[in-house]
Amino acid sequence: MKTYAEINEKIKNGKAVVLTAEEVSELSKTLSPKEIAEKVDVVTTATFGAMCSSGAFLNFGHATPPIRMEKIELNGVRVSGGLAAVDTYVGATDCNPASPAYGGAHIIEDLVNGKKITLEAWGKGTDCYPRKHIKAVIGKDDINEAILYNPRNCYQNYNVATNTTDQIKYTYMGTLLPKMRNAAYSSAGELSPLLNDPECRTIGLGTHIFLCGTDGYVSWNGTQFHTTKPVNEFGIPTSNARTIAVIGDLKKMSSDFLRGAYIEKYGITLYVGIGIPIPILDEDLARRVSIRNEQIETTVIDYGNGNRVLGKTNYAALQSGSIEIDGHKIRTAPLSSLAKAREIAGILKAWIEKGDFLLSEPVRPMPTGTSLKGLTALDD
Amino acid sequence: MIQKVVLSFPVDATDRSLTYDLVKQYDIRINILKAEIQAGKSGNLLVELEAEPQKLDEGIAYLIANGVTVSPVSSKVSYDEKWCIHCGNCVSACFSHALTIGAPDWKLHFNPDKCIACKLCLKSCPLKLFRIEFAES
Ligand code: SF4
Ligand code: SF4
Repeated sequence: MKTYAEINEKIKNGKAVVLTAEEVSELSKTLSPKEIAEKVDVVTTATFGAMCSSGAFLNFGHATPPIRMEKIELNGVRVSGGLAAVDTYVGATDCNPASPAYGGAHIIEDLVNGKKITLEAWGKGTDCYPRKHIKAVIGKDDINEAILYNPRNCYQNYNVATNTTDQIKYTYMGTLLPKMRNAAYSSAGELSPLLNDPECRTIGLGTHIFLCGTDGYVSWNGTQFHTTKPVNEFGIPTSNARTIAVIGDLKKMSSDFLRGAYIEKYGITLYVGIGIPIPILDEDLARRVSIRNEQIETTVIDYGNGNRVLGKTNYAALQSGSIEIDGHKIRTAPLSSLAKAREIAGILKAWIEKGDFLLSEPVRPMPTGTSLKGLTALDD
Repeated sequence: MIQKVVLSFPVDATDRSLTYDLVKQYDIRINILKAEIQAGKSGNLLVELEAEPQKLDEGIAYLIANGVTVSPVSSKVSYDEKWCIHCGNCVSACFSHALTIGAPDWKLHFNPDKCIACKLCLKSCPLKLFRIEFAES
């Protein structure tokens, strides 16, 4: 048994033993969880994938005379005008329907890259905010705060998408060729954060993380947080279950780990890089982080045909380049970047080894016993 | 010997039976993979040319002499490697296996010899990193 304080003390003294989740999975072939718990202090996990439920709060500062911005456009893209006088939330998927390939996620990336953005805003004019219109050029150094706040990131596991119809389908799971000629998956498998701590024993409100090139925090459970999905014999939910909400300083982020993207015939999304350190407090956690790709199962879904469940597979098979469903061999390819996830796990490991990054104990654990509600339309 | 090339025809060459001459005079078998050609306008052909090496060279020289631009496919399909995030979206769409990703490095690899210029990667890359000069219309 180790405590957060003991592990942090080791980190400060440069004595902490830190491994990436892939390294510890390899080690688990020769060492028992007990031995791993004794040897290893921290395991770094990571993912780099498309996360639509992302966005940034910006505060522009006041002009003279001031304006209460009620309709706001950034580079021609309408963003939220429902947040006080000079604040907005740029949603990653915000876009101008006239040019759908550029939107909120690209604005966020442009800000990170230090590019200038045209701001145009309108207000009705009030006694205290008399101005009715303003046009200005802003960059990250000209505005007060720029805070990335993503309500739902880092899905614990995700479905595999294929298409049984005889037409190409353009989906958020990428281009799906006809007649199951490909299948797409979107998780870093044994490197993925929430698969290494499947019950969120160490990931909670206040967990210190790597977020898009700088440090950030888990700020809440993510939306659509689902803890009662079926799990396999290794305690892994076999489809998308838990999520996290994250927060960090956009001004310090890097486009190496944050990218605006456009998925054909679907829309805009943001590629987000997240790394989460897992303290190896005890044998149970050592066992959890030792999880291997072949032990992580997921569900194959027909995105061409009403999300029908076609079967189950695991990440060792997915990463081998092909899976078999009903006797069909299907070629697989990822949608999230394992190369980038590895890079992030490595950087976080180096930060911790150097003593630059300390772990934080959650100030509140994640909820339990949650499931999802649907939505009933008035005319249903 | 088989060579895959893009033939770009100028306006005035399009109506002439250059491809017929290749077969007749140079004994070159032509496998047309993709054609974008209209009489009276310039056009592109993606072809596989199969012949004795010497005949192939002569045939290509004949095309060039007649104003046709002959370029290898590799020079036509490209992507901006510097910005690639190795996500794999393009690999999923590329059924000719020109684009691959996998163990050990999980980085994108492009084998131009297998490319059939189908353009599916153009749409499937979420960062829009691909450029295909052939078939730009
Ligand atoms: S053009 Fe088609 S064959 Fe060539 S790399 Fe792109 S997807 Fe593959
Ligand atoms: S889809 Fe684009 S970013 Fe992704 S691997 Fe292919 S070229 Fe790179």
